[in-house]
Amino acid sequence: MLGGRIGRGIAGLVLLGLSVVGSAAHAGDEVNVYSYREPFLIQPMFDAFTRETGIKVNVVFANKGLVERLKAEGRNSPADLIFTVDIGRLTDAVDGGVTQAVRNETLERVIPASMRHPAGHWFGVTQRARVIYASKDRVPLEEARALSYQDLADPKWRGRICTRAGDHAYNVALFAAMIAKHGEAQAKSWLAGLRDNLARKPQGNDRAQVKAIMEGQCDLALGNHYYYALMLQNEEQSAWAASANIVFPDQDGDGTHMNISGFAMTGAAPNRENAIKLMEFLVGELAQKMYAEQNNEYPLRAGVEPSGLLQSFGDFKRADQSLADVAAKRPAAIRLVNEVHYNAGPSS
Amino acid sequence: MHVGAAHNKTRWLTGEGTWHVGGLLIACAVALPIVAVAWLAIFPSENIWPHLFETVLWGYIDNTVRLMAGVAIGSVVIGVGTAWLVSTTEFPGRRIFQWALMLPLAAPTYIVAYVYTDLLEFAGPVQSALRGMFGWQSARDYWFPEIRSVGGAITMMTLTLYPYVYLLSRAAFLEQAGVTREVSRTLGAGPWRTFFRVALPLARPAVVVGMTLALMETLNDFGTVDFFAVRTLTAGVFNVWLTMGNVGGGAQIALVMLGFVVLLILLERLERRRRRYHALATRHRRASRQRLGPRTRWVATLACLLPVALGFVVPGAVLLRNAVVFAEESWSSRFPDFAINSLVLAAGSAVLCVVLATFLAYAVRLRGGALLSGTARIASLGYAVPGAVLALGILNPFGAFDNAFDGWMRDTLGVSTGLLLSGTVAAVMFAYVVRFFALSYGALESGLGRIKPSMEMAARTLGEGPRGTLFRVHLPLMKGTLVTAALLIFVDVMKELPATLLLRPFNFDTLATYVYQFGSSEQLELSSLGALSIVAVGLVPVVLLNQTVARDPSEVM
Repeated sequence: MLGGRIGRGIAGLVLLGLSVVGSAAHAGDEVNVYSYREPFLIQPMFDAFTRETGIKVNVVFANKGLVERLKAEGRNSPADLIFTVDIGRLTDAVDGGVTQAVRNETLERVIPASMRHPAGHWFGVTQRARVIYASKDRVPLEEARALSYQDLADPKWRGRICTRAGDHAYNVALFAAMIAKHGEAQAKSWLAGLRDNLARKPQGNDRAQVKAIMEGQCDLALGNHYYYALMLQNEEQSAWAASANIVFPDQDGDGTHMNISGFAMTGAAPNRENAIKLMEFLVGELAQKMYAEQNNEYPLRAGVEPSGLLQSFGDFKRADQSLADVAAKRPAAIRLVNEVHYNAGPSS
Repeated sequence: MHVGAAHNKTRWLTGEGTWHVGGLLIACAVALPIVAVAWLAIFPSENIWPHLFETVLWGYIDNTVRLMAGVAIGSVVIGVGTAWLVSTTEFPGRRIFQWALMLPLAAPTYIVAYVYTDLLEFAGPVQSALRGMFGWQSARDYWFPEIRSVGGAITMMTLTLYPYVYLLSRAAFLEQAGVTREVSRTLGAGPWRTFFRVALPLARPAVVVGMTLALMETLNDFGTVDFFAVRTLTAGVFNVWLTMGNVGGGAQIALVMLGFVVLLILLERLERRRRRYHALATRHRRASRQRLGPRTRWVATLACLLPVALGFVVPGAVLLRNAVVFAEESWSSRFPDFAINSLVLAAGSAVLCVVLATFLAYAVRLRGGALLSGTARIASLGYAVPGAVLALGILNPFGAFDNAFDGWMRDTLGVSTGLLLSGTVAAVMFAYVVRFFALSYGALESGLGRIKPSMEMAARTLGEGPRGTLFRVHLPLMKGTLVTAALLIFVDVMKELPATLLLRPFNFDTLATYVYQFGSSEQLELSSLGALSIVAVGLVPVVLLNQTVARDPSEVM
C-alpha cells in the first residue's frame, strides 16, 4: 500500500510538471527575453514598455549558458530576444547561430554603425566606458587625466595598479581592443607590463578595485564608469568613490574604450513583431532616458543627455573602434591573458 | 530466487526481472546528462590542451589538488573529531552540539564566503579594529592572512561541508556496539588507541562516504572559487567554455575532474577490499559515555563550539543584521512565491530522488550485474559536476527530444508540439534528481548493505516476493536512512543555483535565484534577507535530521 501511495505521488509530480509546460509562452501579446543582465537593471524599462503597448515581457535571467539553451531549443525556442552586456556574449550568440538579422530603419538610424552588427545580428542599446580610477591623494589629477591605456604598462606604476581577473569579459574586451589597435605582439608585451605593475593578484569586481585604492593597496584601477555612480548611491561605498578620481583614458589618442549593453533577435523568435516593437522602444527617447538616469549608462541615441552625474564627469572622446573588429580579437586576448599568467598576479 | 513470484504474477513489481529493467531505466535516465556532457566533450571547437598545457593547466591542477586535500583533511578532522566527542564522551553542552554541529549545512558556501570577505578584508571590522588598536596606517604595516586565497577557500568549504562527515561518522559511532570499545579498553588500550585502532576503522566506510560527498561538492562549486579568484579546474571549465567560447573544451575539463573523483573512489575501494563491515548485532546496548576530566571537558566544548560558531553563528548573525537594516530595500512582494517555489521543488525532488534511488539500489541488490551497477555508478557522478555544466547535459538531450518529437508530430499529424520538456519546472526537477542522486543512492546503498542477507532470505522463504520483502522488511528497517537522504537533498535543493538559473521557465524564481541577482553584483546587504530565509528553511530539516539520528542510530545511512 505504501507502493500505491508513492505511485500516486509520482503521478502527481508528473502532472505538476506537465501543467507547467505549455503555460510558458503561447498567449498573443507577449515577448520573451533571455537575459544575461540582472533583472533589476532592465525591469523598469520592460514595465514602461508594457504600460505603453500592453505587451507583456517574460524574462529568464541566467549568468551563463543561455546561448547553449537557445541552441538546444532550436527552432522551437520560445525566446525572441537575447539581452546582454559586453560585445563578447553578443558575438558568441551570433557565432552560435542562434540569432537572425534584423533590418529596421529606426534601429539603423538611431544606433551608430560601429555599435551594431553590419547585418543586424546585434544592436547596442547603451554604452559603458572602461575608465581609470586614480587615487585622489597619490595621483595628481593632471597626471591622471593624461593617462592612456598604454601608460598602464609603464614601470613607474610598478606595484600600484589593481584590476579584476584578466579573463573577465570587460577586461577581455579592452585587451582585444588593444590587439585590434596595436597588433598581437605589442599588445602582449603591454599586457605583461600591466601584469608586472599589479599591486596584487587580480580579484573581486570593479568596485573592489576602487575600494583597494581607498585602502591604499593601489593607486590606479581599471573599472567601468557606472560603478562610480553605484558607489556614490551606497552609504558605505561612497567613501570608496570619494577616494578616487574617474578619468577617461586616451584623450590625446584614439579615445576611451567603449563597450555596450545590447540585444539580438533569436533565430526562432515566435513573437517577431512584438520583439521589434520592444527593440524600437528601448532605443526610443523614454527608454534611453531611463537607462541614462537609472543605470547611469551612456545612451546611444543622439540628443538624449547622460545623467547629471555623468555630465559632471565632463565630455570626453570615445574610441570609434568597430566593436565587431574588437570582438574578432577576443580569442587572441584570452590566449594572451593565459600566456602572460595575468591572473597569477605580479609575482610570476 | 524466484520464490513467491509465481503466485503473484499479476501484481506490480513482483518479479526480479521487472526490478532489473526498471533499475536500468532509472540509472540510464539519471546518467543521461553525464553522458551528454561526455558527448559535448567529443566536439570541442578547437583543441584546448596544448594551450592550457603550456600556460595555466598546472596552476589549475595544483590549486585543485591543494583545495581538495585541504577540504578532505579539514572536514575529516572536524567531522570525525566532533562526532567522536558527542557520541562517546560527556561534556558541557553535548546535547546541544549534537544537533548544532549540523547547522552549517544550511548555509550556501558562497554566501558564507561573501560574509567572511566583508569581515576579514582590509576595510572590514576586524582589520579596522586591529589598526585602531595598534596604530597601523596601511596594509603595508602589518601582515594579515589573505581571505581570497586557496587557504581561504579551504576554510570556507571546510566550514560548510564538514557536517557531511560529522553526520555520517556520528551515526557510525553510535551504531558501533559499545561492547567493542569496552573490550578494547579492558584489553589495556587507552582512549586514543581505542579510537584509532578500533572505532575509526569500523567507522571508515561512513567517514569515506562523508568525505567523498564533501569533495564532490568542492569540485562542483564555482561561486566560491570564482569569488576568491582561486584558479581551480572548475574555474578552468568556465574559462574555456565562457571566455574562449569552447563548450566542448570546458566539458573535457569537467570530465577530467570526474576522473579525479572516480580515481579517489577506486583507490579507497581497492584498499578496503575484502573487508566487510556488517553490524555485529542487530540490537545492542549503547556504551556509557565517558566522563571527561575537569579541564578536558571544556576543551571538548570549545572544539565543538568553534565549527558551529564559525560555520553558522557568525555568518548567520551578519546576515541577520543586514536583513534587519536593509529590510525595506530587500523585501519583495513576490517573496512568498519564491519561498513556495523553493519549498515545493525541494520537497518534490527529495521524495522523487529517494524513491528512484531506493528502486535502483534494491534492483542492484536483487540481481546486480556489471551493467546495472556500472550505470548506477555513473548516475551518482552528477554531484561532482558543476551545476551549469550539468544543466548543459540536460538542455541538449531534452532539446533534441523535443525537436525530434515536434518534427515527427508535424510530419505525421501536422501539429506542432513545440518544447515539451525544455524550459519547464520538470526539467529543473530532473536536474535536481541528477545532481543530488549520489546523496540518496549512497545512503540507500549503505543502508541496504547493513541489512544482513539472512533477513531477506527468511522473508523470501516465508513466501514474500521482492516487492513484499522491500516494503515489509527493508523499508521499515531503513526508515532513518530514507528520512536522512530526503532531508539532505531538501537542504541542497534549497541552496542550488546554477542549474536552476539556466533551466527554469520564464518569470520563475526561487529564493536562491532571487538572492543571486544581488549576490552576483556583490550586494550582500540586499541579498541577506533571502539568504537568511534559505538558511532558516534549511534549519528545519537539520533539526529533523537530528531526531532521526538520535532515535535509532543504526538506521541512518
